[in-house]
Amino acid sequence: MQIFDKEKKYNFMGVRHIFLAISLFLVLGSIVSIFTKGINYGIDFAGGTLVQIKYDKAAPISQIRETLDSLEAFKSVSVTEFGSKEEVTVRYSGSNDSLGADPGKNIAEILKDTGNFEIRMVSIVGPKVGGELRKKGIMALSVSLILILIYIAFRFEWRFSLAAIVAEIHDVIIAIGVISFFQIDVNLDTLAAILTIIGYSLNDTIIVFDRIRENIQDTKEGDLATLINSSLSQTLSRTILTSFTTLIAVVILFVFGGDMIHDFSFIMLIGVIVGTLSSIFIGSQGLLWLKFSIKDYREMLAAKKKREKEKERMRAMYEKGVV
Amino acid sequence: MKKSKITYRLVVFILTFVFALAFSMPSFLQTEGGKKISLGLDLQGGLHLLLGVETDKAIESKIKSIASSISYSANKDDLLLEKFEIKPEFFKFTILDPDEMNKFDSILKKIEGLKIDKVELTYQVSLTDAEKVATIEHAIEQAVKTIRNRLDQFGLSEPSVTRQGEGDILVEIPGVKTGDDEKRALDLISKSAHLQLMALDDKRQDQANTLSNEVAAAYGDIILKDAKNENIKYVVKQIPVLDGEMLVDAKVAFDQNTNQPIINFTLNSQGAAIFGDFTGENVGKRLAIVLDNKVYSAPRINERIGGGSGQISGGFTLEEAADVAIALRSGALLAPVKLLEKRSIGPSLGKESIEKSTIALVGAFVLIFLFMVFYYGIAGIIADVALVVNILFLVSIMSLFGATLTLPGMAGIVLTVGMAVDANVIINERIREILRTGGSIRSAIEKGYANAMSAIIDANLTTLITSAALYAYGTGPIKGFAVTMSIGIVASMITAILGTHGIFDLFIDKMEKSKNTKLWFGYKVRKAKNANI
Repeated sequence: MQIFDKEKKYNFMGVRHIFLAISLFLVLGSIVSIFTKGINYGIDFAGGTLVQIKYDKAAPISQIRETLDSLEAFKSVSVTEFGSKEEVTVRYSGSNDSLGADPGKNIAEILKDTGNFEIRMVSIVGPKVGGELRKKGIMALSVSLILILIYIAFRFEWRFSLAAIVAEIHDVIIAIGVISFFQIDVNLDTLAAILTIIGYSLNDTIIVFDRIRENIQDTKEGDLATLINSSLSQTLSRTILTSFTTLIAVVILFVFGGDMIHDFSFIMLIGVIVGTLSSIFIGSQGLLWLKFSIKDYREMLAAKKKREKEKERMRAMYEKGVV
Repeated sequence: MKKSKITYRLVVFILTFVFALAFSMPSFLQTEGGKKISLGLDLQGGLHLLLGVETDKAIESKIKSIASSISYSANKDDLLLEKFEIKPEFFKFTILDPDEMNKFDSILKKIEGLKIDKVELTYQVSLTDAEKVATIEHAIEQAVKTIRNRLDQFGLSEPSVTRQGEGDILVEIPGVKTGDDEKRALDLISKSAHLQLMALDDKRQDQANTLSNEVAAAYGDIILKDAKNENIKYVVKQIPVLDGEMLVDAKVAFDQNTNQPIINFTLNSQGAAIFGDFTGENVGKRLAIVLDNKVYSAPRINERIGGGSGQISGGFTLEEAADVAIALRSGALLAPVKLLEKRSIGPSLGKESIEKSTIALVGAFVLIFLFMVFYYGIAGIIADVALVVNILFLVSIMSLFGATLTLPGMAGIVLTVGMAVDANVIINERIREILRTGGSIRSAIEKGYANAMSAIIDANLTTLITSAALYAYGTGPIKGFAVTMSIGIVASMITAILGTHGIFDLFIDKMEKSKNTKLWFGYKVRKAKNANI
């Protein structure tokens, strides 16, 4: 079977303004959300204590909150439902340095009148660890972006590289915006999701770029917009198919994966959609904004070929001379 | 009829398949033997600790132990010194007789890594910078070793103790079920087990409850509390007679009179000599047995104790005595550790996570499998075969490396599968393109692979670059994710690119003969445009 007619050239350039408007709206909305609602650092990054409790019936959230609120040690406590009505997470900023202290036991003791429950998980992260993780996360993100920038510049041309990075940053901002809008805790898992989005969306962008590069060499087409249109059309069925299969996996993770990967797969879900659109409407359009010139690129490729030929000739001469 | 072609691609693929099958089975079947993927604590429940080593305490204790050995040597050679003062970073003393300066210098010279500032007859001794670094390094390594020893003797299942980053220690203990188990493990880890034998200052013991720390320090004393009763205090000499480093063994025994558990310890020859000398010279005085800065007992010395063994009594329960003995035997922590991060995951949560993620993974695979067959026909089946081998290969490499599978790691597998499917989608789409322009099946396959290659390589390499950055700067789960993704990409190069091509090679004659592109590629060539390409 076949979904998209290969012969047909879709006019992506014609509708790009609509998508740009959507992109702009999403990016601006994300930035507004990041600055107004802020980002919830989870305990991985902010430090603190998190206790996950499962009741045998619906958890009495307000009772738990009242009980804990009245105690000095839990002043900053936040109690939220986690995944199902039975489960809650209790989070507060304190983290005790001493090894022996057991907040799980402590909280179990305090809450013993609220019903039958089981302490399922206790996490304590000290402030030093949190700060270090945050630093390392940002490092990982920037180093990988810089390396990718260099790689694409080397394999294609600097404008491709810049356009790809703009598309990546677009995706990352929207992903962080979604995290901020839905007040998802930023933990190591969520960071992994953002990094996966980068990898995925970059993959998409590069496949489109590869086609553009190929078409520059293979056809006589001189108009960049037309060339981008036909390259996008040729790769469209692959783009849609791959996004579709990835979405299958992510949606199933989202629905059946359990609470632990719920946030992860939600961010991925948004990321896959945004990443697919950005590779079509941001990455390749970037080439237009950056005034990419087909002529110059052809000349560059020709010069490169010439240099290689020259080298070969020299080598041949040298080898002949020696033998 | 031509015989089918077995190319190097197919051979590599088959070898990969056999390899993958052989080494992934122990993990799938959870057999006793063979290397398996270990499940991360998030999947099986357990205790995860990140400990920081208090390295400045290591320097402090090193200074103390050098001070006590110098004071011992001076004492033995009848060299007189006064105003002995110990600070965290250095100690100083003044010698009485200028003629003895040479003797002192030779004593100090025997100890390496000392920085000595001399002002007339006052010596100030500290560690050189290189020695400080070495001391810290030693303290961390020793802490890792000691904690590992202790947990091994405690009998917990497969605890892992590894160094992380500059000076942190990661401890993972799977399957700690009850709160009591957890508390015992924590106590065992955190116990410094620093044994010191210290002389009681008989002159000032009467003032134990009234003396301030500053005043005591001026006399060269410190005040320590009793292990069982905080209200009982002891005034002891600041410089210990003996330090736990000289301990070679510790065992649980029973006091013959009270039948209570006690701990018998044995000292090495140097320790035995010091112990013998000290007890010989101080008959009638009291000696405090100090463990982690708490006094367990302070018996009066009745006679010279040779042989270098002693005992700690102090109302232990049998379990406590056993744990203290383990801690002493496996060595003191040169520097105390503090808790930076602790996660304990209950076994029921672990079980639930693994059940749910297995359902999700299997569900995703099945749907993608069916879709590929539906869309690409036999080419889809071939891609699916490659995908299965890909997953087996991933699992087998992870088991061979002893990698740990965590939730983000599972997500990494899903992504790998996505990328492997993507490679086959790109290739199949390219093949269809050639078919559409009227190329033969044989040339469509060759050109399809050739044309797809640069895109796949560029895409895979950029992902590898991202994984490398993640691995370099990530911690714990992020690292696991990066490893899974890198192995997955390499695996997909072998299976999705090389493997599927090999299978096509095998069937190429059949394909040419049948000419049914709908059956093979799920796509019917309607008409040939540009037949000349």
